Amino acid sequence: MTDLVENEGGGCCSANNGTTSGTTSGTGSALAGSSGCGSAGGGCGCASQDAMPQTRRGFMKAGAALAMTTLAPGVTLYSFGAGQAEAKPADQAVTSKVRWGMLIDASKCDDGCTKCVTACSTENGWSDTGNPLTDAQWIRKVTVRDRDQGKETTLPMMCLHCAEPPCVDVCPTGASFKRADGIVLVNKHTCIGCRYCMMACPYKARSFIHEPLEDQKEYSPRGKGTVESCTLCVHRVDEGRLPACVETCNASAGGAMTFGDLNDPNSEISQRMAKFVTTEVRADLGLNTGVRYQNI
Amino acid sequence: MARIKYESLNDGFGFYFLMAFLGAIILGALGATWYMEHEGHIVTGMTNQIVWGMPHVFAIFLIVAASGALNVASVGSVFGRVPYKPMARLSGLLAISLLVGGLAVLVLDLGRPDRLIVAMTKYNFKSIFAWNIFLYIGFLLIVAAYLFVQMNRGTESWTKPVGILAFVWRLALTTGTGSIFGWLVARQAYDAAVMAPLFIAMSLSFGMAFFLLVLIATYSWSRRPLGAELVNRLAKLLGIFIAVVLYFTAVQHLTNLYAAEHGGIERFILMDGGIYTQLFWGGQVLLGGLLPMAMVFSGMGKSKFGVVLASFFVILGGLAQIYVIIVGGQAYPLILFPGKEVVSGFYDGVVASYIPSLPEMMLGVGGIALALAITLLGMTVLRFIPASLADNETGSG
Repeated sequence: MTDLVENEGGGCCSANNGTTSGTTSGTGSALAGSSGCGSAGGGCGCASQDAMPQTRRGFMKAGAALAMTTLAPGVTLYSFGAGQAEAKPADQAVTSKVRWGMLIDASKCDDGCTKCVTACSTENGWSDTGNPLTDAQWIRKVTVRDRDQGKETTLPMMCLHCAEPPCVDVCPTGASFKRADGIVLVNKHTCIGCRYCMMACPYKARSFIHEPLEDQKEYSPRGKGTVESCTLCVHRVDEGRLPACVETCNASAGGAMTFGDLNDPNSEISQRMAKFVTTEVRADLGLNTGVRYQNI
Repeated sequence: MARIKYESLNDGFGFYFLMAFLGAIILGALGATWYMEHEGHIVTGMTNQIVWGMPHVFAIFLIVAASGALNVASVGSVFGRVPYKPMARLSGLLAISLLVGGLAVLVLDLGRPDRLIVAMTKYNFKSIFAWNIFLYIGFLLIVAAYLFVQMNRGTESWTKPVGILAFVWRLALTTGTGSIFGWLVARQAYDAAVMAPLFIAMSLSFGMAFFLLVLIATYSWSRRPLGAELVNRLAKLLGIFIAVVLYFTAVQHLTNLYAAEHGGIERFILMDGGIYTQLFWGGQVLLGGLLPMAMVFSGMGKSKFGVVLASFFVILGGLAQIYVIIVGGQAYPLILFPGKEVVSGFYDGVVASYIPSLPEMMLGVGGIALALAITLLGMTVLRFIPASLADNETGSG
């Protein structure tokens, strides 16, 4: 099955590959943003044929996943846990009352699956140009192998949105910054392209744009000569929607990603983190990452 | 010591020839910059794995050498060594020139050099880079003031206090430059306090070598007397500085070798890192360290040719050392999960490759040419150099 991606224009089934599921316009509050063709009644029914499950149980699971994607954003988020994400009205400043975070269950992340990567690429407009050494890579699949036992785990790696981000510390102009809600971003107007943040990031999460760009997404500005990385789909989060990778993983892959408010003890992510052992990558650096892992 | 008479260089054929030569290199560097900025950094050898490359090697080298070029002035003004005082003006001029050359390379390599005004007006004071901008600008202003009080009639009494300020500032500047790497917690090759004193030692050595080359070339080509004893004295000082660099290099690696977590990077640099290992042992330690040190402390230190050769080796070894630090430090893969192996389609867990491109090299060499052009122009329009540096004039004999 091809990826379930957001339809940028808001119309149904007009996005890439002609296999897109329903869309959400995502305006207004989380619970009010149910425009577009998505509906609780099963969306617009445009999933491709090869996606149809063969068993009754499989059908139920896929139907639930499809419904999840096509539901209004507020309803979708609500189903992930109360208080997990609420749309931020455009006239209100970002607040530190929330801290957005993500929990990735590596045991649910399939080895060959790259749907989160594709979803991010499609959503934010970065892609493979045939120059792997210089192409932007906001999110990548990484295989971790135990040296002695050989046990392998695969997981997605992206900007981990640290509470103490080294990229923000080292940026001379302050272009690298952390929002009050914990999302680490690059101000594309003041980035001078010095790449010191790339030297400072322990996760190799940032990319420098080496070539002129065309056809950018209006909500995800990029520019030659500047640095960029995962924005946690801030444009979607502010509208009360899920990051594209999370939405896709939950809808059509293993459901390995949980997104939500780390400050809210009732959110699903907080409850899962209270229940299971989670891992910070390079915890020794004391960066307090917003993206955590489970079952590594 | 007799009263020193200062002169400017003649603007004869030699001046125009040298300026045309350096100007051509600078024009080439500007063309390379235009090409890189127009096409994007895709035309360089730099990638998302090796984000700092050859321009940074040249830029850091020049910035480090700049503060070291002030050695001679400091020894004269701060430590009161009379034979060095006549050379203080040239020392200051070269320090400014080298810093301007290094900064030009650094700025022209930015992804958005057109946003220099942003870098000059918006500061994140937690960034050592931002601190360095102040350190560099302050250095230029203080050394300019240092030159002014020396060259302006009636302000000579300010030479010592301003000289002390310049000396302290140069130590801060090189501490700041070393801390660009020393404060990087992410990478195995950096994140070490020894980077600051190591860079100070490097500045002493590289700057002295550069000063000796410019001094000997200037006095030979303008047929002015330059005392053999003075040159030998400066060469021995260079030898001591080379030894200090070797000492801090040994401390850096021995400290890392003691910690198991740094075993990988040390093995990479010292044993099986290919070009980086070769540059470390062959370039930095042998060519830029042991060989010139042996030369200046042996009979060759008494000949100008021997000193020129030794200084040239120090500069080559210095470039090799900075290459190993900057590029080698990035080539070694980031440790994402200590104790585990990591692979991905984004070159995790593998040694990154880097092949410098011609435009990068042209930009870097252009920085050296710019520094030399400024020095030459300065010596031609103002009285920076003593008419004679014969040993009986400087009291070196």
